[in-house]
Amino acid sequence: MPRLSVEDLSFAYRDRQVLHAITFSVDAGEVLGLVGPNGCGKTTLIRCIDGMLSPGGGRVMLDGREIRTMHRREVAQAMAYVPQSAGNRTAATVFETVLMGRRPYLNWSVNRTDEEKVVAALDALDLGDLALRKVGELSGGERQRVMIARALVQETGAILLDEPTSNLDVCHQMGVMEVLRGLAEEKGLSIVIALHDLNLAATYCHRLMVMKAGAVYGYGAPDEVLTEEMLRTVYGIEAVVKRDLPAPYMVPIRPGSPRGGV
Amino acid sequence: MEQSVVIQEGYARLKKTRALFIGGLLAALLILLGVAVTLGSADFTVAESYLAILAGLFPGTFTAPEMAEIIVWDYRLHRVLFAVCAGFGLAVAGSVMQGILRNPLASPFTLGVASAATTGASIAIVLGAGVVGGEYLVIGNAFLFALLAALAIYGMARYRGIGSETMVLAGIAIMYLFSAVTSLLQYVGSAEQLRAVVFWTFGSVDKSTWPKLAIVSLVLACTIPYLLYRAWDLNALAEGDEVAAGLGVPVERSMVVFMMIASLITAVIICFTGTIGFIGLVAPHITRMAIGGDFRTLLPASGLVGALLLLGADSIARSVLAPQVLPVGIVTAFLGVPFFIYLFMHRRNA
Repeated sequence: MPRLSVEDLSFAYRDRQVLHAITFSVDAGEVLGLVGPNGCGKTTLIRCIDGMLSPGGGRVMLDGREIRTMHRREVAQAMAYVPQSAGNRTAATVFETVLMGRRPYLNWSVNRTDEEKVVAALDALDLGDLALRKVGELSGGERQRVMIARALVQETGAILLDEPTSNLDVCHQMGVMEVLRGLAEEKGLSIVIALHDLNLAATYCHRLMVMKAGAVYGYGAPDEVLTEEMLRTVYGIEAVVKRDLPAPYMVPIRPGSPRGGV
Repeated sequence: MEQSVVIQEGYARLKKTRALFIGGLLAALLILLGVAVTLGSADFTVAESYLAILAGLFPGTFTAPEMAEIIVWDYRLHRVLFAVCAGFGLAVAGSVMQGILRNPLASPFTLGVASAATTGASIAIVLGAGVVGGEYLVIGNAFLFALLAALAIYGMARYRGIGSETMVLAGIAIMYLFSAVTSLLQYVGSAEQLRAVVFWTFGSVDKSTWPKLAIVSLVLACTIPYLLYRAWDLNALAEGDEVAAGLGVPVERSMVVFMMIASLITAVIICFTGTIGFIGLVAPHITRMAIGGDFRTLLPASGLVGALLLLGADSIARSVLAPQVLPVGIVTAFLGVPFFIYLFMHRRNA
């Protein structure tokens, strides 16, 4: 049984249908990349999965339980969510920001075990040296690692991330994705990431789900999904997909340019 | 030393600093309380003032000059304690509003709550109309209008889906609306009424009494422990609605509850004092600069900073032109604004 499954999910903002009958599943240890053009419904889908938005139809199952029937605190103990541009506002130290991930388990005081879990998460993300710095003083890549560390101390089986690599340079993008892929494989986490960079997604995700106008266009291994036909239909661009590399790699072509030499 | 030990020790140090800060504030407040009770035009010594307090608390064990006992218990002590409670409450309300709305400018003033209270008071003063009559006409109106403003902000925000930006925008709109109503009332009011309205907006703790102190302390005693109990939720909300939701906080319901509590605290204080500005805005900032934003310590510490600021300002207001008493709102602004700007600039340079 997959850890996370989304069945026939639909959602509408008032009279505008945003998601149409979305179905997919994520196994333990798997990284699923959600890709698609701006406004195709990736963020809405993630919010529906986490139960922040109530879907109009369908259901989200997590470890055999339907999210809708769970208390918010229970959801937070089972699934962590890293929103887009999280951590930009915080004035707290890295340690305290990560400690907040224990909120679903905390009543008031913080015990030794909570502190040790925070230290372990900081260690896992190589943030030990920065523990007592303010989050606002960190670089974008470091900040994103702090947010992932916070998701980690929530001790959930699934993590949802909304464009965790936006605003990062290629080195930091790879750093963040390495960490996530490593976490999925070592700890058996199910990770769902909304991404814009198709090549990054193809390199690090086990499977990709391509969305177009709120519906699933394609779903499968990066090799199967990342095709020239998909790029033409979903993104409206001409591109060449190179397949002689460890992962498929797409190179966009300017309209009117000759294809040769790519 | 192992890195994990260094990190945990660092956090322990941070916790100790916070405890020391709160302890220091408490000590400073107790000292200032002692000094404030001795201030006034009646001519008796500091020792006599303290004896008067003790004589009131333990009749028979202590004796003080009768005049001193009357003046301290009937005029000074409740005023001093009222200033402490009002400062504490306004600062806590400001901390909560700034936190959940994630806006450093959020305070009972920028959100229209104080402006609505002024309108309520003006209606009572100029038109003589109110929901309760007699002694509580102005107070009752101020209180009701303050809560009305909070409800209106909530209603507007709810209509379009609640969000922190929406709430701040709604609050500013409400503030302008009520200010316009107050201006209109001032325009039609007589010179005497105009003077009363303007004086109300200065804010002061002159009109404190033991029953009023009891009401304010009761509201604080009922609300602040609850806010402290939910400090982690406030911490999460201060990071953003989505972060809070992801950490299991029921965002919309919590925002409403916290806003209503902050508004209730503000309303119950400013209906007795008039608009004492600045404390609710600045005390949380000063505290955050000193010990960071963890609401478990931010709430009590900023409350104490607010209490110190208001009591200090009131003590100055009573002594600087004695026997004349300046409205405390003027003093808080005169002293507090330069201090706040200094702190802010100092911190930026650091």
